Amino acid sequence: MKSPQPRTHSASLTRALLRKPLGVVSAGVILVLILAALLAPWIAPYDPLAQNMLIARQGPSAGHWLGTDLLGRDLLTRLMYGGRDSLLGVAQGLGVMLIIAVPTGILAAYVRGWFDRAVLSIIDIVMSIPGILITLASLAIFSNSMLAAMVTVGVLASAAFTRVFRSAVLAQRQEPFVQAAVVTGLSTWLILLRHVLPQARGTILVQASLFGAATLGIQTGLSFLAFGPPPPAPTWGGMVAEAAAAIQSFPWMFIPTGGVIVIATLAFGLLGDALRDAAAEQVQVRPAPAQPGAAAAPASLVGTPDDDRMPRTDALLRVEDLSVTFGTEAPLTVVDRVSFDVKPGEIVGIVGESGSGKTVTALAAIGLLGRGGALSGGTITFDGKKISGDRAAMKEIRGSGIAYISQEPLIALDPSFTIGFQLIEVVRLHDKCSRRQARERALELLNSMRLADPERVFRSYPHQISGGMAQRVVIAKALAGRPQLLIADEPTTALDVTVQAEILSLLGSIRDETGMAIILVTHDWGVVAETCDRTVVMYAGQVVEEAEVRELINAPRHPYTRGLLASDPHGARRGDILPTIGGVVPPPGSWPAGCRFAARCKFAQPECRDQPIALADAGDGRMSRCIRVDALLEKVTA
Amino acid sequence: MTMMIIRRLLMSLVLILVSTATIFVLMSFVPGDAALAILGENATPESVAYLREQLGLDLPLWTQYANWTAGLFQGDLGTSIYSGEPVTKLLAARMGLTFSLMLGSTIAIAVLGVLIGLASALREGWIGRTIDALSLVGFALPSFWIAIVLVGIFAVGLKMFPATGYTPPAAGVGPWLTSLVLPVTAMSLSGITVIAKQMRDSVRRELDRDYVRVLRSTGVSEPRIVLLHVVRNASIPTTTLIGLMAVGALSGAVFIENVFVLPGLGSLVTSAAARQDLPVILGIGVAFTAIVILINLVVDIAYVSLNPKVRQSR
Repeated sequence: MKSPQPRTHSASLTRALLRKPLGVVSAGVILVLILAALLAPWIAPYDPLAQNMLIARQGPSAGHWLGTDLLGRDLLTRLMYGGRDSLLGVAQGLGVMLIIAVPTGILAAYVRGWFDRAVLSIIDIVMSIPGILITLASLAIFSNSMLAAMVTVGVLASAAFTRVFRSAVLAQRQEPFVQAAVVTGLSTWLILLRHVLPQARGTILVQASLFGAATLGIQTGLSFLAFGPPPPAPTWGGMVAEAAAAIQSFPWMFIPTGGVIVIATLAFGLLGDALRDAAAEQVQVRPAPAQPGAAAAPASLVGTPDDDRMPRTDALLRVEDLSVTFGTEAPLTVVDRVSFDVKPGEIVGIVGESGSGKTVTALAAIGLLGRGGALSGGTITFDGKKISGDRAAMKEIRGSGIAYISQEPLIALDPSFTIGFQLIEVVRLHDKCSRRQARERALELLNSMRLADPERVFRSYPHQISGGMAQRVVIAKALAGRPQLLIADEPTTALDVTVQAEILSLLGSIRDETGMAIILVTHDWGVVAETCDRTVVMYAGQVVEEAEVRELINAPRHPYTRGLLASDPHGARRGDILPTIGGVVPPPGSWPAGCRFAARCKFAQPECRDQPIALADAGDGRMSRCIRVDALLEKVTA
Repeated sequence: MTMMIIRRLLMSLVLILVSTATIFVLMSFVPGDAALAILGENATPESVAYLREQLGLDLPLWTQYANWTAGLFQGDLGTSIYSGEPVTKLLAARMGLTFSLMLGSTIAIAVLGVLIGLASALREGWIGRTIDALSLVGFALPSFWIAIVLVGIFAVGLKMFPATGYTPPAAGVGPWLTSLVLPVTAMSLSGITVIAKQMRDSVRRELDRDYVRVLRSTGVSEPRIVLLHVVRNASIPTTTLIGLMAVGALSGAVFIENVFVLPGLGSLVTSAAARQDLPVILGIGVAFTAIVILINLVVDIAYVSLNPKVRQSR
């Protein structure tokens, strides 16, 4: 039986590292320092102990590249010899740490049970022991032996690193190839050796490199304090101490002696960073970035025909030609000239697959695009006042004019404060009332959310309530400012089916009681059919169809709407490929010049792909972005 | 909360015993001992044996440890082999300085690190890039090197602060603070960059969370969102790291006290290690462990009171 193979890791990790200039330079610096130390007896220009007071305290020169020290010894030579001790110390500490931490961490994560618990308690104890003290104690006991000190450092540090390696393996233990290996009956040791260890190699290398930097700091620190080989033997730390003695009269000596420590520490640290980035790249499976190339012409706004529009009178919110881009250097258009409007008391659904731009459209309407998002065109008018591009006006209407509820109610509340605190905060903001009155109104709001025990919810923290309760709290928060329009971004997606229905009927009755309009962003036709009055269907950043809900569902006038309805995404997860429409929404940046749906459309003709298609009147007060509406209708009626 | 403190205190007893027992076990590996160290290599075997008996070094190791532990519970940590002074007296005389250094540097690290981190999270650009560069330098520059440079510039050069030595608070608060400025600065610099970086990342992460978007949608003002909600949540992971920095300040104090010739526990333990003065090392072991435990206790209490999820489950 063939055992499942993990991806070959070592080769690709090295390759990923080689693409990082900083990583290559750091590894090179470490290599040069090691070679210089190893080969010092053969390549060092002078004798490290040869004194010559005639040339003492000199700056760099052709004869002495880094100058000379207080006794006229060549600094470069002494730094090369000093590296032997410091780098050996790093190797000793690192070796001991790895020998203890790697097997213990991997075993603890793999075997679990009592062994894991025992290891964890030992780690807790060792990590609370002051390491510097035990290190100094071992220096005292083993008569100033740097080896003893570095071994102690390695042993003490292995506690923290065991924990790191353990978590790394724990995360991998769940991966399919390890599970599959277990099922095929490989022995534990073989699984650990062939599957788990190679996977953990990235983490181990990163941590080893960072620990190398830390150990170097300890080693040079100890030799600075005059532990280890006594003078005149050269040590990096000892040379800094010598330089310190002449800080006023000969400051130059400070530069090369401190500099070599800084360079070596930086090299270890930066190598660790580069390894981490390289390892992270391996884990991420990156889809090829969408190139706005020749085949997929960028969604240029040049030469596109004007969309028909059906502005309705007395709209509460009017969105006209709204375009949104993301990114600063090469802004990517994600919403492309979207227009629609919402009347007071109306519930408008915005429907589409993931990536259609429906959520971004909704967020743009309240000016909450988030990092990197920007309005690149169009206007938003609320209650007769233009609010797009006017930060002050946008701020003014947030909460009191337009409110918003998000998809995941549990993370929509600040975890650090009670529900009561967060409700009172918003109530006081809008009502400018006393704390007492605010508390009363907050409880009233919770009450009107049909919660079983509003008092308890009021006192609770967000993590203590269920998702359905949390969504009611978020709605209560949104209603605190008595808004005229609520933007609900997939408000029921994260909830159980029964709770979904309750939340929807709650929203419906709020509309009936207060006359508040709602924009409901969703991909669920059940929600649309049950709740909405009008529906806007979006595809690849554009509106492709708009109509009254009944008409739209009974007789869609765009092939995409038809496909969406037929596939009935009830219960389908985000990102799932819908069964009746092959393919996925083209990502922003790779939108074709012609009809954006053509690639997935059964009715597509060559002319569909030739030029941009305009949103046009499709009869009966409906809009459709399709030039094949007739064919579509024929097919349906036939 | 009370349970946690009691558990911590019991744990602290275990820790003190473990760390001192470690030192005793290490001692068993080597032939030399205090008697030899006091009398020197040339002492007669008879006199060494006599002193061994006097010091109790002829007893089995576990008996020595039991005796030492019994002394610990009576507040007796033995006497220094080198000076003959009681260890408790040495500790009492030097504890205050080390504590001032640690407290000062921890406060500097926490306050400046959080402020700089917050500023750089809110303003991208040069502050962020400067912190990135400085945190690399702070990571790579050994604190003892920074300390000497500070002395060179501010004490020897500009004569703004004393180069070495310590003025106890009894001699005036001003001179006391002045004598602490350079050591505390040298101890804090790298920690400030670590905390600033962590705080910046936490604040950025919090700013991208859904609750911030929802708060903005309700009209809550941006300063209130940042200073109340975001800082509160971002400070939870930062607290843990500040605790680690405070524990690290213990090793920092060892180096810094030596550079600035300050009579604290750090310089005492260094000289005790150089003279193989084990009773003093053991005594400082008790003191250091107690300090680490105290820091961890404070961090735990802070963490629990900041994080309702943990608070409720206790």
